Amino acid sequence: MTIRTSEASTAPVPEMSMAQSMPAATTATDDTDRRLLAAIAQGLPLVPRSFAEVGKRTGIGEHEVIARLQRLKQAGVVRRFGVVVRHHELGYGANAMVVWDVPDAQVRELGRCLAEFDFITLCYRRPRRLPQWRYNLYCMIHGKSREDVLSNLEWMVNRCGLQGLPHEVLFSRRRFKQRGAVYFAEQPAAGSASEV
Amino acid sequence: MTNLTALEQRLLNDFQHDFPLSPAPYAELARRLGVSEAEVLATLARLQDAGAVSRVGAVVRPNTVGVSTLAAMAVPDADLERVAALVNGYTEVNHNYEREHRLNLWFVAAAPDAARLQQVLDEIAAHCGYEVLSFPLLEDYHIDLGFELYYDKTNERGRLMNVVPTKT
Repeated sequence: MTIRTSEASTAPVPEMSMAQSMPAATTATDDTDRRLLAAIAQGLPLVPRSFAEVGKRTGIGEHEVIARLQRLKQAGVVRRFGVVVRHHELGYGANAMVVWDVPDAQVRELGRCLAEFDFITLCYRRPRRLPQWRYNLYCMIHGKSREDVLSNLEWMVNRCGLQGLPHEVLFSRRRFKQRGAVYFAEQPAAGSASEV
Repeated sequence: MTNLTALEQRLLNDFQHDFPLSPAPYAELARRLGVSEAEVLATLARLQDAGAVSRVGAVVRPNTVGVSTLAAMAVPDADLERVAALVNGYTEVNHNYEREHRLNLWFVAAAPDAARLQQVLDEIAAHCGYEVLSFPLLEDYHIDLGFELYYDKTNERGRLMNVVPTKT
């Protein structure tokens, strides 16, 4: 077992209490929140008073920018706020989306089990699309190599009791685009292919 | 990026979900790291230029503002670059990867509402000439605390993490 070190551990994390059923309520945000989130979709400016700078761009005061972000974080709309890294550039060159066909009654239990491994960065239930696609449980595994990913997968399968369940491992090849989601902003598209 | 300095490692690892929401956040980081604010800003800018840092900012929980979906297409290899470029051309698309499968192009699209999202998927299908399968999120099991990079070599990479982060 490893211990995650964090200086933020005293803050409550609302999402921890339960898995998130979708679709989630959208009542926690207003137009100003959405304008604010759109303004920082590609990141905070790297200047000393960055929230004041965001405030200037959006017509909101610095204190209100900070208060709104704190509230959005508390409400779980912002699931985390901080440095967003690119795994590939940091030596985690292999990533696989692993998908399972799990009996509907077991998805939640198995999903929660998978989600606790530190090499998992996403773990979702999604709908099947029969006949083309039978899988309903997805997770993303990052590792330094294919072997690393596959050995972590094997470990996880054994720990969570997924042996024998139909699954597929979709390693990534090329990354054509990777950036923060843009829900509202109107800006030119970016992105070019790079090897993964 | 390899051969990272101790400052780079700490900036990459220690503030993924513990970034101060205060008027001078980089000065706060500098105080915790024992360096100057200018050094923090310059280092983050360098990490961003190198692609190691995507951004300093918010990771928004899916489907709380707007809607999003994961979509996939089966594209012949010879046509993949054309189709990938067309998909990339949409501001609504934020991730787009080739994967090892018959369904070989996987992308995430986000929009203010379900109607616009469907319109984007329909347009992509029509322009590319391939079926687009959409797999919207039904339930999220992962608690996003960022990605532990294990630069502290005494903290060997393990198999399980604690769900409740431990103060040290």
